[in-house]
Amino acid sequence: MEHTSNEKLLDIRDLSVEYHSNGKIVKAVSNLNLSLKKGETLGFVGETGAGKTTTALSILRILPELPSRITSGEIWFNGENLLLKSKKEMQQIRGKEISMIFQDPMTSLDPVATVGKQIEEMIGLHEKLPKKELREKAAQMLEQVGIKRERIDDYPHQFSGGMKQRVVIAMALSCNPNLLIADEPTTALNVTIQAQVLELMKNLKRQYQMSMIMITHDLGIVAEICDSVAIMYAGNIVEYGTVERVYENFCHPYTEALFDSIPSLDEDQEELKVIAGLTPDPTNLPSGCPFHPRCPYAGPECAQQAPEVRETEPGHIVRCHKDLKGGSGNE
Amino acid sequence: MFKYIIKRLLMLIPILLVVTFVIFTLLYITPGDPAKMILGQTATEEAVAELRAELGLDQPFLIQYLNYMKDLIFHFDIGTSYTTGQPVIDEIMNCLPATLKLALSSILIAVVVGVPIGVISAVKQYSIFDNIVMVLGLAGISMPVFWLGLLLIILFSVRLGILPASGYSTWQQMILPAVTLSAQSIAVVARMTRSSMLEEIRKDYIRTVRMKGQTEMRITIFHGLRNALIPIVTVIGTQFGSLLGGAVMCETIFSIPGIGRLMVDSIKTRNFPIVQGGVLFIAIGFALVNLLVDIIYAFLDPKIKAQYK
Repeated sequence: MEHTSNEKLLDIRDLSVEYHSNGKIVKAVSNLNLSLKKGETLGFVGETGAGKTTTALSILRILPELPSRITSGEIWFNGENLLLKSKKEMQQIRGKEISMIFQDPMTSLDPVATVGKQIEEMIGLHEKLPKKELREKAAQMLEQVGIKRERIDDYPHQFSGGMKQRVVIAMALSCNPNLLIADEPTTALNVTIQAQVLELMKNLKRQYQMSMIMITHDLGIVAEICDSVAIMYAGNIVEYGTVERVYENFCHPYTEALFDSIPSLDEDQEELKVIAGLTPDPTNLPSGCPFHPRCPYAGPECAQQAPEVRETEPGHIVRCHKDLKGGSGNE
Repeated sequence: MFKYIIKRLLMLIPILLVVTFVIFTLLYITPGDPAKMILGQTATEEAVAELRAELGLDQPFLIQYLNYMKDLIFHFDIGTSYTTGQPVIDEIMNCLPATLKLALSSILIAVVVGVPIGVISAVKQYSIFDNIVMVLGLAGISMPVFWLGLLLIILFSVRLGILPASGYSTWQQMILPAVTLSAQSIAVVARMTRSSMLEEIRKDYIRTVRMKGQTEMRITIFHGLRNALIPIVTVIGTQFGSLLGGAVMCETIFSIPGIGRLMVDSIKTRNFPIVQGGVLFIAIGFALVNLLVDIIYAFLDPKIKAQYK
């Protein structure tokens, strides 16, 4: 939160993204609104298939071209609409302005190029430097993420998963981006390595003073490093606010359910609590509020009409007909 | 790497032993007496028997084989042709330039045409280009060489009169046979390139490169194609290996005195030493091409290179 200013860095307005699969249309994201201030870290939380990664890929405009399409919306970044940019302009923004860390470090590096070359490629695309300096800068980036510079000529398969993710982080940060999108950067790693990578990201974020979107399933990670949090369900944000506000005063039944599903150390639990029902079929979303079939508080209006967003307090937004207070579950 | 190459070359020895034994056996049990073939139908029994003794054909199978191997191993001698009396090695060497020229030019065409077609087809999957090219590819694989060769001769040599229909010394003479022979290889290389590329360009690391701001052209070539090369190099190797064995049809149509024609003529006249020598030569050629392909793997994939140490 230390560097957060009031200036908006990213502002997504009414974004809708569809996938076409087997003649069916999947609404991955529908009318999503989201903004991010300079220096802010936003946690993006939701189940698999909620549309988190799709939103992130839309910002960079690297959605797989054939089956997916941004059907409406605007993505404003630093005062410019990214969806109106030409291919070439986007190429200059990718990596330099907005950078991304992907979920699985095992597959996100080119297996036949040395890690040094892959970092150099990134730097070389955005800065015209002689070869020697490129290499030196790549080596420095490796040191930044705690990898010895001697390993610059090693190939990805010579690194462990955690080390690979460090390489990916080094690469993503090598052009000093304004916005870093981290798509579940620790999901594929084991727990001890997760902690190390998170710590590293936290430090680098401070050092580079960038804004960050952290996509995750893990509410603990959000509490640790994020300023604000957006809870996503079935292609839309159902609750948004500062981490303090949302964690202490969540207003959406889905957010409540997410918190409830965290096992408690104090109680002796026989079974883990789960959210009843399944994530809805994205080709056939329920009418009204997409969460209503699983919602313990759902009333008749929930099945009929999609809820509008409400502001329960400045900066705390919720998309629900009901009014949960402080997670007590009372209307 | 060097050790690996030496090891692979040593492994050639057992392979060649097996090859010589198998071909020797096959020829031994082949009906038809070489001595009779040489002397003709009118020869007397005595004359045939005499020639058989002279050629060593009257001896038991194993003795014949051991004699052959003895000459091969100690004198690098693989016999003399029954018909011309020339050393087999000379006969093969005489045919080698034509075959090499034909094989090299066809494989060159196959790579230069096949790889780009495959890449474009993969990048523009299901486009009109992709569909047309894949149908043509199917045609290319199924089209018999003798038919395509004749069609090309009719069009370019007879009707248009711009290309010679036979010979192999000038590059103009090489065009028609090389194109004819490469049709199948183009199709095979293009299809393999397409499927290998389709697999690679959907992988996560491609998305990473795209995230860096790299241009699509460079993503496709320096990352996609670069990673897709291993299966492509493999089919190019196999195609080249079989082209080295001579292309009988093609050589016959365009009157090119290559290995393929030499082998077929020798089989017809029961000229066993040539057939044996030819098979041995083809086997060595195939093995060397395979070795070359394996060495190229090491340069293409650091994981494979690490295993070679």
